Amino acid sequence: MDGMTTMTEQNTMTHGVTAGLFENTERKRLRLADETIALEVQDLNLYYGEAQALKRISMKVAAKRVTAFIGPSGCGKSTLLRCFNRMNDLVDACRIEGKILLEGEDIYDRKVDVAELRRRVGMVFQKPNPFPKSIYENVAYGLRLQGVRDRKVLDEVVERSLRGAALWDEVKDRLHQNAFGLSGGQQQRLVIARSIAIEPEVILLDEPASALDPISTAKIEELIYELKEDYTILIVTHNMQQAARVSDYTAYMYLGEMIEYGDTMTLFTNPRKKATEDYITGRYG
Amino acid sequence: MDKNKLGGHYLEKYNEELETLRNRVLAMGGLVEAQVTDAVNALVSADVRLADQVIKNDARVNSLEVIIDEQCAEILARHQPAASDLRFIISIVKTITDLERIGDQAEKVARMAVHLAEKDRPKNQYADIQSLGERVARLVHEALDAFARMDVEVALSVAREDANVDREYESVMRQHITYMMEDPRTITRALDVIWALRALERIGDHARNMCEYVIYLVKGKDVRHVSLEEMERAARGETPGAE
Repeated sequence: MDGMTTMTEQNTMTHGVTAGLFENTERKRLRLADETIALEVQDLNLYYGEAQALKRISMKVAAKRVTAFIGPSGCGKSTLLRCFNRMNDLVDACRIEGKILLEGEDIYDRKVDVAELRRRVGMVFQKPNPFPKSIYENVAYGLRLQGVRDRKVLDEVVERSLRGAALWDEVKDRLHQNAFGLSGGQQQRLVIARSIAIEPEVILLDEPASALDPISTAKIEELIYELKEDYTILIVTHNMQQAARVSDYTAYMYLGEMIEYGDTMTLFTNPRKKATEDYITGRYG
Repeated sequence: MDKNKLGGHYLEKYNEELETLRNRVLAMGGLVEAQVTDAVNALVSADVRLADQVIKNDARVNSLEVIIDEQCAEILARHQPAASDLRFIISIVKTITDLERIGDQAEKVARMAVHLAEKDRPKNQYADIQSLGERVARLVHEALDAFARMDVEVALSVAREDANVDREYESVMRQHITYMMEDPRTITRALDVIWALRALERIGDHARNMCEYVIYLVKGKDVRHVSLEEMERAARGETPGAE
């Protein structure tokens, strides 16, 4: 693929195409080597009792980019996602070997405060899970836990978070109504607002749009484009077109192994591995 | 991607649609190839009826282009193809544009055939047109073959042969310029001949384009606008999608 970029670059030079219109269309493939690394997985193995669910996973996750995990059910992609904020700690008989570095520090180190880790690494699930409280209180919840009482601060954060989650205009007149009155798509964006209210660094999205209609899905995807300005985003999705649309990097997993990981453009137009090709084109291997 | 890889989808209907698409491209290619051969034969043997037939048939070529394009759009919309399937559709959309243009060039040759049929036959009986015509018809045939078999080596050989066609074209052109200078009375006829030769040379270029799409299809590498050497390097470089 590198060869292709070089050739295109040479063409651009020889043809002298420098007009503004063409500068941005010149497509540069993303390369992990050029990225700031937010998370690094080192030789991770995960066992549920006897069964090994993740096998020797090593990967670097680019900061302020969207990294998608795709693969058939049971391939370990959600399990891997849950490793990034230690949600697997809650599962009995789950054993983890290896390291995950967040900004260079192992999140599985014994000194790590798991509550603080989960503040830094927020998570949104497949089914929206607002609390049975008002819209306002859902967003303010994390701050209240941290002991913030100042009404002005809370108001500000609630508005900023709801705007950040592209929900403000739809709910600003009913902030104190119960969150369950929102549609599924709105609830999902509310949950995202709740997670960004506490200013995380990383947001984990576990099939965030799989229970939503196409329009709500589009809103979530639009939101993902905006969120990556400020956050590192990891998303698990069954919808391959969604992965192709929203992500910068994609990892294809199968039976607990990471089969192929690279820039999304290459993975979806010209994957290196036949197994990846078979999966994304809907073929049996 | 090898030729047998068109199938194998969980969705049997998708396999069928891709197979139908490929067959249609090959049918269009077969028609275009025949158009080139007929146009050249019509010119060389002053067969006005055959030339008229070629001119009439171009409408069929055009409508096949439209039908195939429409089918590609439908597959894109319905199946959102990825990886080799996506490259397959993209290369077809491009291939049929070149096929349609080859058809246009064949039609041009046929029109020249009608013109020239009314004029005196030259001593060489248009041997140069016949030779170049046979060469480019073979190129079109082989370009289609490369596509049908997804064969990069055949594609490369077409690109190499196109360079030879270009050389032959230039040398024949120089000859005709010499004739015109020696005997200005031949200029009207020579101009028609030059138009026909030019059309044949363009057909060679379109065949080469088709081969570039074959390399893109098989190797995922864009080899347009690069030298023959770079094209060979790209086509023979490490093969993605083969592990």
